[in-house]
Amino acid sequence: MLTQEEQTVAFKCMSDCGPAVITQLLWLIPAVPMLASGVIALLKQPKRKTASTLAIGSLAFSLLLALIAFAHVLSGWASGKAVRETANFTWIQVGSSHVDLGWVLDPLSAIMLVMVTFVGLLIFIYSTGYMAHDENYTRFFCFLSLFAGAMLGVVIANSILLLFMCWELVGLTSYLLIGFWYFKPSAAAAAKKAFLTTRVGDVFFLLGIVWLFGQTGTLLFYNGGSGSMELSALTGLLQQHAAFGLTAATAIGLLIFAGAAGKSGQFPLHVWLPDAMEGPTPVSALIHAATMVAAGVYLIARVYPLMQAGALAGGTTTSLTVVTWVGAFTAVFAALIAVAQNDIKRILAYSTVSQLGYMMAGLGMGGVAVGMFHLITHAFFKALLFMGAGSVIHGCHEEQDIRHMGGLKKYMPLTFATYGIGMLALCGVPIFFSGFWSKDGILEAGKHWSVSSAPYYMLVFGAVLTAFYMTRQVSYVFFGAYRGHAHPHESPKSMTTPLAILAFFAIALGAIGTPAWPWFSAFLGNRASALDLHAFAEPAWLMLLLTSCAIVAVGIGISWWLYGSKSPAATEPDVLERAVPPIWAALRDRLYMDELYGVTVIAFYSWWARVADWLDRRVFGGIVSLVAWLFALWAKLNRFLDTNVVDGTFDKSCEEISTGGGLLSSLQSGRAQTYLRILALAVVALAAILIWSSRA
Amino acid sequence: MTPLTGYLLIAALLFAIGLAGALTRRNAILVLIGIELMLNAANLNLIAFWRYSPHPEALTGMMFAIFSIAVAAAEAAVGLGLVIQIHRHAHTTDLDQMNRMKG
Amino acid sequence: MSFAFYLIAGLSVAGALAAVLLKNTVHCALALTVAFAGLALLFLQLDAQFAGFAQILVYIGAVAILVVFAILLTRGSETPKDGVYSRNPLIGLVIAAAIFAVFGWAILNSTSFLPHESAKPVVSVMDIGNALMGRYILPLEIVALLLTAALIGAVIVAMHEKDGAQ
Repeated sequence: MLTQEEQTVAFKCMSDCGPAVITQLLWLIPAVPMLASGVIALLKQPKRKTASTLAIGSLAFSLLLALIAFAHVLSGWASGKAVRETANFTWIQVGSSHVDLGWVLDPLSAIMLVMVTFVGLLIFIYSTGYMAHDENYTRFFCFLSLFAGAMLGVVIANSILLLFMCWELVGLTSYLLIGFWYFKPSAAAAAKKAFLTTRVGDVFFLLGIVWLFGQTGTLLFYNGGSGSMELSALTGLLQQHAAFGLTAATAIGLLIFAGAAGKSGQFPLHVWLPDAMEGPTPVSALIHAATMVAAGVYLIARVYPLMQAGALAGGTTTSLTVVTWVGAFTAVFAALIAVAQNDIKRILAYSTVSQLGYMMAGLGMGGVAVGMFHLITHAFFKALLFMGAGSVIHGCHEEQDIRHMGGLKKYMPLTFATYGIGMLALCGVPIFFSGFWSKDGILEAGKHWSVSSAPYYMLVFGAVLTAFYMTRQVSYVFFGAYRGHAHPHESPKSMTTPLAILAFFAIALGAIGTPAWPWFSAFLGNRASALDLHAFAEPAWLMLLLTSCAIVAVGIGISWWLYGSKSPAATEPDVLERAVPPIWAALRDRLYMDELYGVTVIAFYSWWARVADWLDRRVFGGIVSLVAWLFALWAKLNRFLDTNVVDGTFDKSCEEISTGGGLLSSLQSGRAQTYLRILALAVVALAAILIWSSRA
Repeated sequence: MTPLTGYLLIAALLFAIGLAGALTRRNAILVLIGIELMLNAANLNLIAFWRYSPHPEALTGMMFAIFSIAVAAAEAAVGLGLVIQIHRHAHTTDLDQMNRMKG
Repeated sequence: MSFAFYLIAGLSVAGALAAVLLKNTVHCALALTVAFAGLALLFLQLDAQFAGFAQILVYIGAVAILVVFAILLTRGSETPKDGVYSRNPLIGLVIAAAIFAVFGWAILNSTSFLPHESAKPVVSVMDIGNALMGRYILPLEIVALLLTAALIGAVIVAMHEKDGAQ
């Protein structure tokens, strides 16, 4: 691992040489598939060929651009100067603060681009065969294209905001694709579960983003010295202190890891991944094996300078320690559950969770190269395994329970061969398979980890379990006698060709990560690398080789001994189940994680929903009713006032006038003499006044 | 007490008596009688003042009195005619019963 | 103030009182005649001979007779059943007394301004005739008109109504 200073020196070129043309055009890589997705959305269902051609074509174009970008970076690396080119621009300006977006082309993103586009393209081609009989073919390719665009956006993002936007888009398309067969209630529920669980992680991620932006003042990772992953910003973050004695750097790192944990299915946010198998198999292959779940790992690799900030030479930081522990725990946890599953895809799903744990542990203990190498190799062989499983399901006419399969190796030889290669790679069978090299790298890093060697032992145990359950699966599916009711047959060329290509890479990719020629880590770390076969002779490495052989032997051996070519009838309990029924039951029931969630989070949420409902109906509704009642009261008061006071006054005064008139009219007695008297009286008065005044 | 004062007092007394009659008697004719007395009292006033005025040869007072007498006669005729007519309709001359103008 | 004055004054006042106070209406009319006579004598004493004789001729000769006729035509000679005085006669008396009081007070307080004695005027009928035809021609004509109207009016008012429109 390079320290911060070394990395800055290595990358000092970036301000001297301006971004190359390919970097300027990097945005096309995600944009073209998204555009294709938009166009497909406007097509009608019958235009299937157009849809798949558009999708495959757009992704092929993206692959071409990715290869050009990769070639550019490679040539830069080969000639010794580092390549980290960015193209940034201001999206929104509000006063003095501005929101920046941008993309970056460096070894990390270049490798990831090639992997995503290549595996994606293979899976697209595979889907044309797999989904051929599905009536929602066009919609499928629309969503797949959108997903590809979004994932590529995550890869090239130099702005954490752009990354988050594409991150959310990836989550959305995952939801759409898991719930592709929305008319199945289990699929709809699984899609919702996936979205909500990753959302929990995303909330923490967003908090981390906001905090990072607030502290460093920039959204860009690399921006000619002022980016958030660059030295000045990181120094500032290290000096800031948050709660619990953590620095801001550590806190932000942990928040971002929470987001990655959601997407990458780390414990305890792993619960959505197995249920996500409700989606079609190409979806499982692409999204939940190779790309989306890898996005979390990629994110950690991208913000690695932040995670690593403050580490003294040879030591590690709090964030990375947390990452390692979570990863190691997840690896063992998921592997245990995978042992007792009977659905072919679910075993692979738990295997994915476990391997993601490995990747996180690798990142934490060994650095970017170690974790990323396992990510790349895993993408290939896991996609291969999923596609092989899809082929098996297709061949057995939509049967997914391994207890109803068996002996398929003679019905589907090509599938069996490629599946076998994938399985051996996953188990980490030494030398020939890429999985061995990448896993070996992680185990080596674990052995030398400064904090503790407990993760190392956990990962070793996990590897044993991996070998065990994969062998169990393969023996159930391909060996023994067929226990199903359909007529299994081999899959069409459109499905088996990608399998073969992936199988080739599952073997070949190992070459770039061997200690003899550590091209991968050199490429990512921007060092030179040379072929050095003497590395094989080192005792430490030989020790590791021995350990791996032992792991594989033990795992495959025990499993073969237990299961082998025997094909127990579907109704018979498993061998281990007979041996240790309670443990088996616990493992089969996924160690009760979903039940735990149901009792705690979901129960709390239901209670909270009831409280909110009560609050809404009684309190707020009560307030509203009270206000309405007050208004009614006021209206009644007004009416009372109007009737009694206003009208009353008026009526009363009229009455008074009338009475007064009555009183006055009683003066008119009608009798002339009365009038006369009054006249005479008036005369008296007038005369008196006149005489009095004339006297004065 | 000058002679004029005496006459004036007598006139006043007659006026008051006539007024009392007009105000207190029930019969309409007696009211008219009272009114005649009042007019006469006024005539006496006029003549008395004429007699003791500085220029009695102007005959103002006397003329006034004579005209007053003429008018009083006309008024008495019409008034009594009215009373007779009322009596034909109401069969009474009681003023207290003639209150159709009551309000 | 000679004795004759007191005598005649007393006669007039007595007649007036009787005219107002007596129960029988015909007696009242006759008492009124006495009052008129007394007044005529007072006029004569005031050297207004024409006025005095006019008084006798018109008032006693016409008005008093007219009153008697009216009384007889309206059966005034019968005693009314509710009494001769109207409701609350006291108020009328009080008012009349008040009138007398005011006038009396005015008269008595202005005695200083009144002349004591003046020359006896000599008025001949010719003077009166000249005045009537000269200075007072207009009032004369108007009074003539008035009398005509009163004459016609009285006839119409007292006439029996025909059946239907009049």
